[in-house]
Amino acid sequence: MPASRGLTGELQRGLEAPICLTWEITYGCNLACVHCLSSSGRRDPAELTTAEAMAVVDELAAMQVFYVNIGGGEPTIRPDFFDLVEYSVEKQVGVKFSTNGGTMTAARAQRLAAMDYVDIQISLDGATPATNDPVRGEGSYAAARRAMDLLAGAGFGPFKISVVMTRLNVPELDDLAALADSYGAELRLTRLRPAGRGAETWEELHPSQAQQRELHGWLLERPGVLTGDSFFHLSALGEALPGLNLCGAGRVVCLIDPVGDVYACPFVMHPEFRAGSIRDPGGFGRVWRDSELFTDLREPKVGGACNACGAFDACQGGCMAAKFSTGLPLDGPDPECVLGHGETALAALGAGAARPATVPGHSKPARIPVVLGSRPR
Amino acid sequence: MPEAGFDSGRRYGLDPRVALRPEPFGALCYHYGNRRLNFLRSKELVSLVEGLEAHASVDEALAASGIEESRWPAVTTALAALERSEVLRAC
Repeated sequence: MPASRGLTGELQRGLEAPICLTWEITYGCNLACVHCLSSSGRRDPAELTTAEAMAVVDELAAMQVFYVNIGGGEPTIRPDFFDLVEYSVEKQVGVKFSTNGGTMTAARAQRLAAMDYVDIQISLDGATPATNDPVRGEGSYAAARRAMDLLAGAGFGPFKISVVMTRLNVPELDDLAALADSYGAELRLTRLRPAGRGAETWEELHPSQAQQRELHGWLLERPGVLTGDSFFHLSALGEALPGLNLCGAGRVVCLIDPVGDVYACPFVMHPEFRAGSIRDPGGFGRVWRDSELFTDLREPKVGGACNACGAFDACQGGCMAAKFSTGLPLDGPDPECVLGHGETALAALGAGAARPATVPGHSKPARIPVVLGSRPR
Repeated sequence: MPEAGFDSGRRYGLDPRVALRPEPFGALCYHYGNRRLNFLRSKELVSLVEGLEAHASVDEALAASGIEESRWPAVTTALAALERSEVLRAC
Protein backbone atom coordinates (compact mmCIF):
# COMPACT_ATOMS: atom_id res chain seq x y z
CA MET A 1 0.00 0.00 0.00
CA PRO A 2 1.36 3.43 -0.82
CA ALA A 3 2.23 5.55 2.18
CA SER A 4 4.16 8.78 2.47
CA ARG A 5 6.17 9.74 5.52
CA GLY A 6 3.38 11.94 6.92
CA LEU A 7 0.91 9.14 6.64
CA THR A 8 3.31 6.74 8.35
CA GLY A 9 3.21 9.06 11.37
CA GLU A 10 -0.56 8.99 11.37
CA LEU A 11 -0.68 5.22 11.09
CA GLN A 12 1.74 4.90 14.01
CA ARG A 13 -0.85 6.60 16.18
CA GLY A 14 -3.34 3.88 15.36
CA LEU A 15 -6.59 3.58 13.44
CA GLU A 16 -10.27 3.20 14.31
CA ALA A 17 -10.01 -0.44 13.27
CA PRO A 18 -7.21 -2.64 11.94
CA ILE A 19 -6.36 -2.69 8.24
CA CYS A 20 -4.77 -6.09 8.42
CA LEU A 21 -6.42 -8.45 10.87
CA THR A 22 -5.23 -12.02 11.06
CA TRP A 23 -7.73 -14.46 12.49
CA GLU A 24 -6.46 -17.93 13.25
CA ILE A 25 -9.59 -20.02 13.62
CA THR A 26 -8.07 -23.31 14.76
CA TYR A 27 -4.88 -24.76 16.18
CA GLY A 28 -5.66 -28.01 14.40
CA CYS A 29 -3.48 -28.90 11.44
CA ASN A 30 -2.77 -31.87 9.22
CA LEU A 31 0.84 -30.72 8.88
CA ALA A 32 3.55 -29.91 11.41
CA CYS A 33 5.73 -27.32 9.66
CA VAL A 34 9.02 -26.77 11.43
CA HIS A 35 8.54 -22.97 11.42
CA CYS A 36 4.86 -22.85 12.45
CA LEU A 37 4.29 -19.53 14.22
CA SER A 38 1.44 -20.89 16.33
CA SER A 39 2.93 -24.34 17.07
CA SER A 40 -0.26 -25.80 15.64
CA GLY A 41 -1.25 -29.45 15.52
CA ARG A 42 -4.14 -30.32 17.82
CA ARG A 43 -7.41 -28.39 18.05
CA ASP A 44 -7.96 -26.59 21.36
CA PRO A 45 -11.20 -27.51 23.15
CA ALA A 46 -11.66 -23.82 23.99
CA GLU A 47 -11.68 -22.68 20.34
CA LEU A 48 -14.45 -20.25 19.44
CA THR A 49 -17.78 -21.90 18.66
CA THR A 50 -19.52 -21.20 15.38
CA ALA A 51 -21.85 -18.74 17.12
CA GLU A 52 -18.95 -16.93 18.78
CA ALA A 53 -17.06 -16.77 15.50
CA MET A 54 -20.08 -15.34 13.72
CA ALA A 55 -20.45 -12.73 16.47
CA VAL A 56 -16.82 -11.74 15.79
CA VAL A 57 -17.70 -11.29 12.12
CA ASP A 58 -20.68 -9.10 13.11
CA GLU A 59 -18.40 -6.91 15.18
CA LEU A 60 -15.77 -6.63 12.44
CA ALA A 61 -18.51 -5.67 9.98
CA ALA A 62 -19.74 -2.95 12.37
CA MET A 63 -16.18 -1.62 12.69
CA GLN A 64 -15.84 -1.65 8.89
CA VAL A 65 -12.89 -4.02 8.84
CA PHE A 66 -12.68 -4.48 5.08
CA TYR A 67 -11.26 -7.99 5.11
CA VAL A 68 -9.79 -10.62 7.40
CA ASN A 69 -6.84 -12.91 6.83
CA ILE A 70 -8.04 -16.29 8.02
CA GLY A 71 -5.45 -18.84 8.98
CA GLY A 72 -4.57 -21.38 11.63
CA GLY A 73 -3.56 -24.14 11.99
CA GLU A 74 -5.21 -25.31 8.82
CA PRO A 75 -8.45 -23.28 8.79
CA THR A 76 -10.27 -25.56 6.36
CA ILE A 77 -10.34 -28.45 8.81
CA ARG A 78 -12.97 -26.67 10.89
CA PRO A 79 -16.29 -28.28 9.94
CA ASP A 80 -17.90 -24.81 9.87
CA PHE A 81 -15.16 -23.28 7.70
CA PHE A 82 -17.34 -22.66 4.66
CA ASP A 83 -20.21 -21.37 6.81
CA LEU A 84 -17.88 -18.82 8.41
CA VAL A 85 -16.42 -17.72 5.09
CA GLU A 86 -19.82 -17.34 3.49
CA TYR A 87 -21.19 -15.49 6.52
CA SER A 88 -18.24 -13.10 6.50
CA VAL A 89 -18.50 -12.32 2.80
CA GLU A 90 -22.23 -11.76 3.18
CA LYS A 91 -21.46 -9.17 5.90
CA GLN A 92 -19.04 -7.35 3.55
CA VAL A 93 -15.99 -8.53 5.43
CA GLY A 94 -13.83 -9.91 2.62
CA VAL A 95 -11.92 -13.12 3.28
CA LYS A 96 -8.34 -13.97 2.44
CA PHE A 97 -7.44 -17.36 3.76
CA SER A 98 -4.24 -19.36 3.94
CA THR A 99 -4.24 -23.08 3.40
CA ASN A 100 -1.74 -25.85 2.82
CA GLY A 101 -4.17 -27.25 0.25
CA GLY A 102 -4.45 -30.67 1.85
CA THR A 103 -8.25 -30.59 2.15
CA MET A 104 -8.97 -29.23 -1.33
CA THR A 105 -11.34 -31.21 -3.52
CA ALA A 106 -12.84 -30.45 -6.92
CA ALA A 107 -16.18 -29.68 -5.25
CA ARG A 108 -14.60 -27.31 -2.72
CA ALA A 109 -12.64 -25.55 -5.45
CA GLN A 110 -15.86 -24.97 -7.37
CA ARG A 111 -17.62 -23.68 -4.26
CA LEU A 112 -14.77 -21.24 -3.63
CA ALA A 113 -14.71 -20.12 -7.26
CA ALA A 114 -18.37 -19.15 -6.96
CA MET A 115 -17.80 -16.78 -4.01
CA ASP A 116 -17.17 -13.06 -4.15
CA TYR A 117 -14.45 -11.43 -2.11
CA VAL A 118 -12.54 -14.60 -1.31
CA ASP A 119 -8.79 -14.68 -1.89
CA ILE A 120 -6.76 -17.84 -1.33
CA GLN A 121 -3.13 -18.17 -0.36
CA ILE A 122 -1.61 -21.60 -0.77
CA SER A 123 1.49 -22.06 1.34
CA LEU A 124 4.51 -23.52 -0.39
CA ASP A 125 8.04 -23.07 0.88
CA GLY A 126 10.02 -24.25 -2.12
CA ALA A 127 9.85 -24.68 -5.86
CA THR A 128 10.57 -28.41 -5.50
CA PRO A 129 9.59 -31.13 -3.00
CA ALA A 130 13.27 -31.40 -2.06
CA THR A 131 13.21 -27.84 -0.72
CA ASN A 132 9.62 -27.68 0.50
CA ASP A 133 9.03 -31.02 2.18
CA PRO A 134 11.81 -30.91 4.80
CA VAL A 135 10.14 -27.73 6.12
CA ARG A 136 6.44 -28.42 5.58
CA GLY A 137 6.35 -32.21 5.73
CA GLU A 138 6.51 -35.22 3.44
CA GLY A 139 4.00 -34.99 0.61
CA SER A 140 3.10 -31.36 1.33
CA TYR A 141 4.51 -30.09 -1.97
CA ALA A 142 2.41 -32.53 -3.98
CA ALA A 143 -0.70 -31.66 -1.93
CA ALA A 144 -0.23 -27.92 -2.49
CA ARG A 145 0.30 -28.39 -6.23
CA ARG A 146 -2.80 -30.59 -6.41
CA ALA A 147 -4.85 -27.85 -4.71
CA MET A 148 -3.49 -25.32 -7.21
CA ASP A 149 -4.48 -27.59 -10.08
CA LEU A 150 -7.98 -27.96 -8.64
CA LEU A 151 -8.42 -24.20 -8.21
CA ALA A 152 -7.14 -23.56 -11.72
CA GLY A 153 -9.46 -26.27 -13.04
CA ALA A 154 -12.44 -24.69 -11.26
CA GLY A 155 -11.64 -21.29 -12.79
CA PHE A 156 -11.04 -19.69 -9.40
CA GLY A 157 -8.84 -17.01 -10.96
CA PRO A 158 -5.58 -15.66 -9.62
CA PHE A 159 -4.85 -17.26 -6.25
CA LYS A 160 -1.67 -16.51 -4.34
CA ILE A 161 1.29 -18.75 -3.69
CA SER A 162 2.62 -17.79 -0.28
CA VAL A 163 6.24 -18.54 0.50
CA VAL A 164 8.14 -18.07 3.75
CA MET A 165 11.67 -17.13 2.71
CA THR A 166 14.38 -19.38 4.11
CA ARG A 167 18.02 -20.13 3.51
CA LEU A 168 16.86 -23.12 1.43
CA ASN A 169 14.51 -21.36 -0.97
CA VAL A 170 16.17 -18.00 -1.67
CA PRO A 171 18.08 -19.69 -4.55
CA GLU A 172 14.69 -20.66 -6.02
CA LEU A 173 13.21 -17.16 -6.26
CA ASP A 174 13.08 -17.22 -10.07
CA ASP A 175 11.64 -20.74 -10.10
CA LEU A 176 8.94 -19.73 -7.61
CA ALA A 177 8.04 -16.74 -9.78
CA ALA A 178 7.88 -19.02 -12.84
CA LEU A 179 5.64 -21.45 -10.96
CA ALA A 180 3.25 -18.63 -10.02
CA ASP A 181 3.25 -17.41 -13.62
CA SER A 182 2.42 -20.89 -14.89
CA TYR A 183 -0.85 -20.74 -12.92
CA GLY A 184 -1.53 -17.04 -13.54
CA ALA A 185 -1.11 -16.80 -9.77
CA GLU A 186 0.39 -14.06 -7.65
CA LEU A 187 3.58 -14.71 -5.71
CA ARG A 188 3.67 -13.62 -2.08
CA LEU A 189 6.88 -13.78 -0.08
CA THR A 190 7.01 -13.30 3.67
CA ARG A 191 9.65 -13.24 6.32
CA LEU A 192 10.57 -16.21 8.50
CA ARG A 193 9.94 -15.33 12.13
CA PRO A 194 11.58 -17.00 15.14
CA ALA A 195 8.20 -17.64 16.81
CA GLY A 196 6.32 -20.81 17.73
CA ARG A 197 8.17 -23.87 16.43
CA GLY A 198 10.11 -21.38 14.32
CA ALA A 199 11.99 -20.39 17.46
CA GLU A 200 13.74 -23.77 17.30
CA THR A 201 14.56 -23.69 13.59
CA TRP A 202 15.10 -20.00 12.87
CA GLU A 203 18.82 -20.06 13.43
CA GLU A 204 19.30 -22.76 10.83
CA LEU A 205 16.68 -21.54 8.36
CA HIS A 206 16.82 -17.75 8.28
CA PRO A 207 18.38 -16.27 5.12
CA SER A 208 22.04 -15.29 5.23
CA GLN A 209 23.12 -11.66 4.92
CA ALA A 210 24.11 -12.27 1.29
CA GLN A 211 20.67 -13.80 0.66
CA GLN A 212 18.95 -10.82 2.28
CA ARG A 213 20.77 -8.51 -0.15
CA GLU A 214 19.82 -10.78 -3.04
CA LEU A 215 16.18 -10.77 -1.93
CA HIS A 216 16.14 -6.98 -1.58
CA GLY A 217 17.44 -6.52 -5.13
CA TRP A 218 15.10 -9.17 -6.49
CA LEU A 219 12.05 -7.55 -4.87
CA LEU A 220 12.99 -4.06 -6.09
CA GLU A 221 12.98 -5.39 -9.64
CA ARG A 222 9.57 -6.99 -9.15
CA PRO A 223 7.18 -4.54 -7.50
CA GLY A 224 4.28 -6.85 -8.41
CA VAL A 225 5.45 -9.52 -5.99
CA LEU A 226 3.47 -9.29 -2.74
CA THR A 227 5.27 -9.22 0.60
CA GLY A 228 2.67 -8.30 3.21
CA ASP A 229 5.11 -5.43 3.82
CA SER A 230 7.09 -7.92 5.91
CA PHE A 231 10.62 -7.08 4.70
CA PHE A 232 10.80 -3.46 5.78
CA HIS A 233 14.01 -4.19 7.70
CA LEU A 234 15.67 -4.59 4.27
CA SER A 235 15.05 -0.91 3.54
CA ALA A 236 18.20 -0.17 5.55
CA LEU A 237 20.11 -1.47 2.52
CA GLY A 238 19.26 1.77 0.75
CA GLU A 239 16.20 1.83 -1.44
CA ALA A 240 12.93 1.29 0.43
CA LEU A 241 10.67 -1.52 -0.76
CA PRO A 242 7.19 -0.52 -1.84
CA GLY A 243 4.63 -0.63 0.95
CA LEU A 244 4.37 0.37 4.54
CA ASN A 245 7.78 0.62 6.15
CA LEU A 246 6.87 0.30 9.78
CA CYS A 247 5.89 -2.22 12.42
CA GLY A 248 2.10 -2.28 12.32
CA ALA A 249 1.62 -4.23 15.56
CA GLY A 250 -1.37 -2.83 17.46
CA ARG A 251 -1.44 0.12 15.06
CA VAL A 252 -2.76 -1.30 11.79
CA VAL A 253 -2.29 -5.02 12.49
CA CYS A 254 -3.41 -7.51 15.12
CA LEU A 255 -4.22 -11.17 15.62
CA ILE A 256 -7.23 -12.99 17.00
CA ASP A 257 -6.21 -16.51 18.00
CA PRO A 258 -8.41 -19.64 17.92
CA VAL A 259 -9.57 -19.19 21.53
CA GLY A 260 -10.37 -15.50 21.02
CA ASP A 261 -7.26 -13.96 22.52
CA VAL A 262 -6.11 -10.77 20.81
CA TYR A 263 -2.39 -10.27 20.21
CA ALA A 264 -0.51 -7.30 18.79
CA CYS A 265 0.64 -9.26 15.77
CA PRO A 266 0.64 -12.83 14.42
CA PHE A 267 4.32 -13.28 15.21
CA VAL A 268 4.30 -12.96 19.00
CA MET A 269 1.67 -15.16 20.60
CA HIS A 270 3.11 -14.53 24.03
CA PRO A 271 1.37 -13.18 27.17
CA GLU A 272 3.46 -10.03 26.99
CA PHE A 273 1.78 -9.14 23.68
CA ARG A 274 -1.72 -10.31 24.57
CA ALA A 275 -4.01 -7.29 24.66
CA GLY A 276 -7.19 -9.05 25.81
CA SER A 277 -9.86 -11.41 24.53
CA ILE A 278 -12.88 -11.07 22.30
CA ARG A 279 -14.67 -12.90 25.12
CA ASP A 280 -14.03 -9.94 27.48
CA PRO A 281 -16.82 -7.37 27.99
CA GLY A 282 -16.76 -4.93 25.08
CA GLY A 283 -15.45 -7.59 22.73
CA PHE A 284 -12.82 -7.05 20.08
CA GLY A 285 -13.61 -3.37 19.59
CA ARG A 286 -12.78 -2.50 23.15
CA VAL A 287 -9.51 -4.41 23.03
CA TRP A 288 -8.53 -2.64 19.80
CA ARG A 289 -9.49 0.83 21.02
CA ASP A 290 -8.67 0.79 24.71
CA SER A 291 -6.26 -1.97 25.69
CA GLU A 292 -3.25 -0.77 27.60
CA LEU A 293 -0.88 -2.70 25.35
CA PHE A 294 -2.19 -1.28 22.07
CA THR A 295 -2.29 2.24 23.52
CA ASP A 296 1.35 1.84 24.49
CA LEU A 297 2.36 0.45 21.07
CA ARG A 298 0.85 3.56 19.44
CA GLU A 299 3.13 5.88 21.40
CA PRO A 300 6.11 7.24 19.49
CA LYS A 301 9.15 5.01 19.95
CA VAL A 302 12.67 6.17 20.61
CA GLY A 303 15.34 4.27 18.74
CA GLY A 304 17.33 2.99 21.73
CA ALA A 305 20.55 1.35 20.56
CA CYS A 306 19.48 2.08 16.96
CA ASN A 307 19.18 5.82 17.57
CA ALA A 308 22.74 6.50 16.49
CA CYS A 309 22.34 4.52 13.25
CA GLY A 310 21.80 6.47 10.05
CA ALA A 311 19.46 3.77 8.76
CA PHE A 312 16.91 4.04 11.59
CA ASP A 313 14.51 6.20 9.58
CA ALA A 314 14.53 3.57 6.83
CA CYS A 315 14.11 0.38 8.87
CA GLN A 316 12.49 1.74 12.07
CA GLY A 317 14.51 -0.77 14.06
CA GLY A 318 12.90 -3.72 12.27
CA CYS A 319 10.49 -6.35 13.57
CA MET A 320 9.43 -6.24 17.21
CA ALA A 321 8.46 -9.90 17.17
CA ALA A 322 11.80 -11.02 15.77
CA LYS A 323 13.64 -9.11 18.49
CA PHE A 324 11.43 -10.35 21.29
CA SER A 325 11.58 -13.99 20.21
CA THR A 326 15.37 -13.99 19.97
CA GLY A 327 15.76 -12.36 23.37
CA LEU A 328 16.89 -8.97 22.04
CA PRO A 329 15.69 -5.69 23.58
CA LEU A 330 12.75 -4.15 21.72
CA ASP A 331 14.53 -0.83 21.31
CA GLY A 332 17.61 -2.48 19.83
CA PRO A 333 18.42 -3.86 16.39
CA ASP A 334 16.48 -6.53 14.54
CA PRO A 335 18.27 -9.94 14.73
CA GLU A 336 18.52 -9.82 10.92
CA CYS A 337 19.68 -6.18 10.79
CA VAL A 338 21.24 -5.86 7.35
CA LEU A 339 24.06 -3.77 8.78
CA GLY A 340 25.07 -6.63 11.08
CA HIS A 341 24.07 -4.97 14.36
CA GLY A 342 21.67 -7.82 15.14
CA GLU A 343 24.37 -10.47 14.84
CA THR A 344 26.56 -8.47 17.20
CA ALA A 345 23.72 -8.11 19.69
CA LEU A 346 22.89 -11.83 19.51
CA ALA A 347 26.55 -12.74 20.02
CA ALA A 348 26.65 -10.46 23.07
CA LEU A 349 23.65 -12.29 24.53
CA GLY A 350 25.60 -15.53 24.40
CA ALA A 351 24.46 -19.03 23.56
CA GLY A 352 22.93 -19.71 26.96
CA ALA A 353 20.73 -16.60 27.00
CA ALA A 354 17.12 -17.22 27.93
CA ARG A 355 14.62 -16.71 25.15
CA PRO A 356 10.92 -16.30 25.83
CA ALA A 357 8.89 -19.49 25.52
CA THR A 358 5.93 -19.23 23.17
CA VAL A 359 2.67 -20.40 24.66
CA PRO A 360 0.55 -22.40 24.55
CA GLY A 361 1.92 -25.03 22.20
CA HIS A 362 -0.49 -27.25 20.30
CA SER A 363 2.12 -29.42 18.62
CA LYS A 364 1.05 -33.03 18.29
CA PRO A 365 2.85 -35.04 20.97
CA ALA A 366 3.91 -37.84 18.65
CA ARG A 367 5.36 -35.56 16.02
CA ILE A 368 8.22 -37.19 14.18
CA PRO A 369 11.15 -34.81 14.29
CA VAL A 370 12.03 -33.50 10.87
CA VAL A 371 15.70 -33.48 10.11
CA LEU A 372 16.75 -30.58 7.95
CA GLY A 373 19.38 -31.32 5.41
CA SER A 374 22.66 -29.65 6.20
CA ARG A 375 23.68 -27.15 3.58
CA PRO A 376 26.94 -25.37 3.03
CA ARG A 377 26.88 -22.02 4.79
CA MET B 1 -2.21 18.99 -14.50
CA PRO B 2 -4.13 15.75 -14.22
CA GLU B 3 -3.36 13.07 -16.76
CA ALA B 4 -5.40 12.43 -19.83
CA GLY B 5 -8.33 10.23 -18.92
CA PHE B 6 -9.54 12.30 -16.02
CA ASP B 7 -11.61 15.29 -17.09
CA SER B 8 -12.66 17.74 -14.39
CA GLY B 9 -15.42 18.92 -16.70
CA ARG B 10 -17.18 15.57 -16.25
CA ARG B 11 -19.31 14.00 -13.54
CA TYR B 12 -17.63 11.39 -11.33
CA GLY B 13 -18.83 9.30 -8.44
CA LEU B 14 -17.60 6.60 -6.08
CA ASP B 15 -17.41 3.15 -7.59
CA PRO B 16 -20.14 1.06 -5.90
CA ARG B 17 -17.52 -1.53 -4.88
CA VAL B 18 -15.69 1.06 -2.77
CA ALA B 19 -16.12 1.51 0.99
CA LEU B 20 -14.91 4.51 3.00
CA ARG B 21 -14.04 4.21 6.68
CA PRO B 22 -13.65 7.46 8.65
CA GLU B 23 -10.25 7.85 10.34
CA PRO B 24 -8.65 10.72 12.28
CA PHE B 25 -6.63 11.76 9.20
CA GLY B 26 -9.55 11.53 6.76
CA ALA B 27 -10.67 8.11 5.59
CA LEU B 28 -9.47 4.72 4.49
CA CYS B 29 -10.83 3.67 1.18
CA TYR B 30 -11.06 0.02 0.12
CA HIS B 31 -12.01 -1.30 -3.28
CA TYR B 32 -13.59 -4.75 -2.96
CA GLY B 33 -13.03 -5.38 -6.66
CA ASN B 34 -9.32 -4.72 -7.11
CA ARG B 35 -8.59 -5.14 -3.32
CA ARG B 36 -6.65 -1.90 -3.26
CA LEU B 37 -6.44 0.32 -0.23
CA ASN B 38 -6.19 4.09 -0.62
CA PHE B 39 -5.89 6.87 1.89
CA LEU B 40 -8.01 10.02 1.71
CA ARG B 41 -5.79 12.35 3.65
CA SER B 42 -8.10 15.17 4.65
CA LYS B 43 -11.67 15.51 5.86
CA GLU B 44 -12.41 17.99 3.09
CA LEU B 45 -11.27 15.50 0.45
CA VAL B 46 -13.55 12.88 2.03
CA SER B 47 -16.56 15.23 1.90
CA LEU B 48 -15.75 16.19 -1.68
CA VAL B 49 -15.47 12.57 -2.83
CA GLU B 50 -18.67 11.56 -1.06
CA GLY B 51 -20.62 14.40 -2.65
CA LEU B 52 -18.98 14.30 -6.08
CA GLU B 53 -21.76 12.52 -7.90
CA ALA B 54 -24.31 15.18 -6.96
CA HIS B 55 -22.51 17.68 -9.19
CA ALA B 56 -22.49 17.78 -12.97
CA SER B 57 -18.69 18.16 -12.99
CA VAL B 58 -15.68 18.05 -10.72
CA ASP B 59 -15.16 21.78 -11.33
CA GLU B 60 -18.69 22.44 -10.10
CA ALA B 61 -18.17 20.24 -7.05
CA LEU B 62 -14.98 22.15 -6.20
CA ALA B 63 -16.71 25.51 -6.57
CA ALA B 64 -19.42 24.35 -4.16
CA SER B 65 -16.99 22.74 -1.71
CA GLY B 66 -15.59 25.72 0.16
CA ILE B 67 -12.05 24.45 -0.56
CA GLU B 68 -9.74 27.41 -1.27
CA GLU B 69 -9.28 27.96 -4.98
CA SER B 70 -5.49 27.89 -4.67
CA ARG B 71 -5.77 24.23 -3.62
CA TRP B 72 -8.00 23.08 -6.46
CA PRO B 73 -5.13 21.89 -8.69
CA ALA B 74 -3.73 19.71 -5.89
CA VAL B 75 -7.17 18.33 -5.06
CA THR B 76 -7.83 17.67 -8.76
CA THR B 77 -4.57 15.73 -8.96
CA ALA B 78 -5.66 13.64 -5.96
CA LEU B 79 -9.02 12.95 -7.62
CA ALA B 80 -7.30 11.94 -10.86
CA ALA B 81 -5.20 9.43 -8.88
CA LEU B 82 -8.37 8.04 -7.31
CA GLU B 83 -9.85 7.67 -10.79
CA ARG B 84 -6.79 5.68 -11.89
CA SER B 85 -7.23 3.44 -8.83
CA GLU B 86 -10.85 2.87 -9.91
CA VAL B 87 -12.11 4.48 -6.70
CA LEU B 88 -13.91 7.11 -8.81
CA ARG B 89 -15.62 6.39 -12.07
CA ALA B 90 -17.16 8.70 -14.65
CA CYS B 91 -20.93 8.63 -14.52
